[in-house]
Amino acid sequence: MPEKILEMQSLVKTYIMGEEEQVVLKGIDLDINRGDFLSVLGPSGSGKSTLMNIIGCLDVPTSGTYYLSGELIRDLPEVDLSHIRNREIGFIFQQFQLLPRLSAQKNVELPLIYAGVPEKERQARSAHILERVGLADKMNNRPNQLSGGQQQRVAIARALVTEPTILLADEPTGALDQQTGHQIMALFKELYQEGKTIVMITHDADVAKNGSRIVRIVDGNLSEGVYNA
Amino acid sequence: MLKESIKMALENIVSNKMRSFLTMLGIIIGVGSVIALITIVSGATSTVTDQVASMGANTVTIQVQGTPLKQGLTQGDVNKIAELSNIAGIAPTISGQTTVAFDGNTMDEITLQGKNDVYFENTEDVISSGRIINTIDTENKSRVALIGNDIANELYVGKNPIGQEIKIGGITYHVIGILQESDSFASADTNSSVIIPYTTAMGVVGAKYINSMTVYIADEALADTTTRQIEGVLTKAFNGDEDGYSIVNMQSILETIEEMTSILSMMLAGIASISLVVGGIGIMNMMLVSVTERTSEIGLRKALGAEPKQIQLQFLIESVVLCLIGGIIGFILGVSLAWVVANLIGTSFALTASTVLLAIGFSAAIGVVFGFMPARKASRLNPIDALRSI
Ligand SMILES: Nc1ncnc2c1ncn2[C@@H]1O[C@H](COP(=O)(O)OP(=O)(O)OP(=O)(O)O)[C@@H](O)[C@H]1O
Ligand SMILES: [Mg+2]
Repeated sequence: MPEKILEMQSLVKTYIMGEEEQVVLKGIDLDINRGDFLSVLGPSGSGKSTLMNIIGCLDVPTSGTYYLSGELIRDLPEVDLSHIRNREIGFIFQQFQLLPRLSAQKNVELPLIYAGVPEKERQARSAHILERVGLADKMNNRPNQLSGGQQQRVAIARALVTEPTILLADEPTGALDQQTGHQIMALFKELYQEGKTIVMITHDADVAKNGSRIVRIVDGNLSEGVYNA
Repeated sequence: MLKESIKMALENIVSNKMRSFLTMLGIIIGVGSVIALITIVSGATSTVTDQVASMGANTVTIQVQGTPLKQGLTQGDVNKIAELSNIAGIAPTISGQTTVAFDGNTMDEITLQGKNDVYFENTEDVISSGRIINTIDTENKSRVALIGNDIANELYVGKNPIGQEIKIGGITYHVIGILQESDSFASADTNSSVIIPYTTAMGVVGAKYINSMTVYIADEALADTTTRQIEGVLTKAFNGDEDGYSIVNMQSILETIEEMTSILSMMLAGIASISLVVGGIGIMNMMLVSVTERTSEIGLRKALGAEPKQIQLQFLIESVVLCLIGGIIGFILGVSLAWVVANLIGTSFALTASTVLLAIGFSAAIGVVFGFMPARKASRLNPIDALRSI
């Protein structure tokens, strides 16, 4: 029996802009099991980032239910949402989102600071995880002293360091050239093989093929895609 | 968390050196001027009160104007005051005009003062050479005199006056000492004065009344009570006519001076603190700019699990650290300025712990007050909007 860690039912997200109401997600049903590598494939403006924001507890749905690790995510105060984000989610962004003044290691330590992990342990864990993504010799470099691919590895290390329930990546290869993109995808596959649960959003069908499972989102509607054995 | 926030705040301040400095300038000037004013005024105050206190903080001064019925105090009145409790000593003064002569030379319009040993025991530097009038002189009504500098120079050319005779108002006295030369600032010109025991003035010269006296109090804490008791004796002596005398308690003069200067220093500091408010607005402005510039950083931190409260704390610490650095620089400048001014005008300079605490407390408070709004703004940013704004 696979363990269900994420469950969405009839999830709707509506944006109100002045008089107009725009329904961006039109009743989405989605289950994710532990160990899945799910690709969410869809064209621009289809609602991918909106879905990712809801999965990542940065935003709340207009209606429908969303359970993450058995907890209903609705009407929660900001403080609880920040704890869930810290504990359950590891974000990986298209633009890396590293803090330019901090070294690679300090960037990786950030979520641990908010988790209240003591300094010694933070250093040990961040060093260990940076080694894991192949940046043992770049720990003290600042982001502007790293290539794009290396920066994304730092971002992946930062997402991994809290050992979250889900790794959530929005266009992780979008800002990288093809070869570097392949390397990052190879790393994702390794993480999948290690048993990590990954949700990856992309508009590129080739990138999406790296996932163990693909769903398509078109104009706010989600449909199950082909399995990628 | 706190340590991390302080570290990040310092990094941020250092990485924007010029802007941080310009923002701090308001705080530097504000704290500097408040501290300089307070230190200068309190130094000047302590100089003035020291001077007043050196005249005797434990003294009650009685001036006798007299009434038609009773022109001055008698020895009997003095004895009554001496019988009161808490009296350490009484120094009566009799004053008049006289002529002095030696070896055929005469000087007119000489101030004659009758004083006693108590006066000399409580007053420093009255004579420049010789000896003072002592208890035995007072008790025996001795014919001894202290003479002013001008008299010594004019009557005893080429001679040491001490041990010589002098005729005061036709009566012969022995010169036992020479009065300290008075400078132009002194209230009384002693250069053409002679001082003899007041008992001699009453018993030998025939002076009837004591014109003024200083009462020395044993315990300063009871000065007010003792002053009231002395007043009681005087009222009786003048048959209830309060115009006959005036009585001044030094302690109360000191208190008045201190009260006045503390009001003055508070007023000046209040005016100077307007510049602190201006500095605070500068801080708020910089913090708002900083929040806007770092919108995406705030969004990222929130995505990584920062609570709104933690974001708020981070920005608040940044503003407090900024103000504290400004406050410390301002404090150093203000204190240096006060030191220079104190040396120039010759007042005392003292740095109290409360001044240090005031400077630190004030700057931290400004950091909190003016950093609060920007920090709250940062903590309320929506993480999605914040992350998008790259
Ligand atoms: N805060 C918002 N307010 C109003 N409309 C919004 C808001 N955020 C997104 N939208 C709208 O929702 C739709 C979906 O946006 P979303 O960002 O989810 O698309 P996407 O699939 O991620 O596209 P892309 O591949 O270009 O990133 C868009 O039409 C967008 O204009
Ligand atoms: Mg998107």
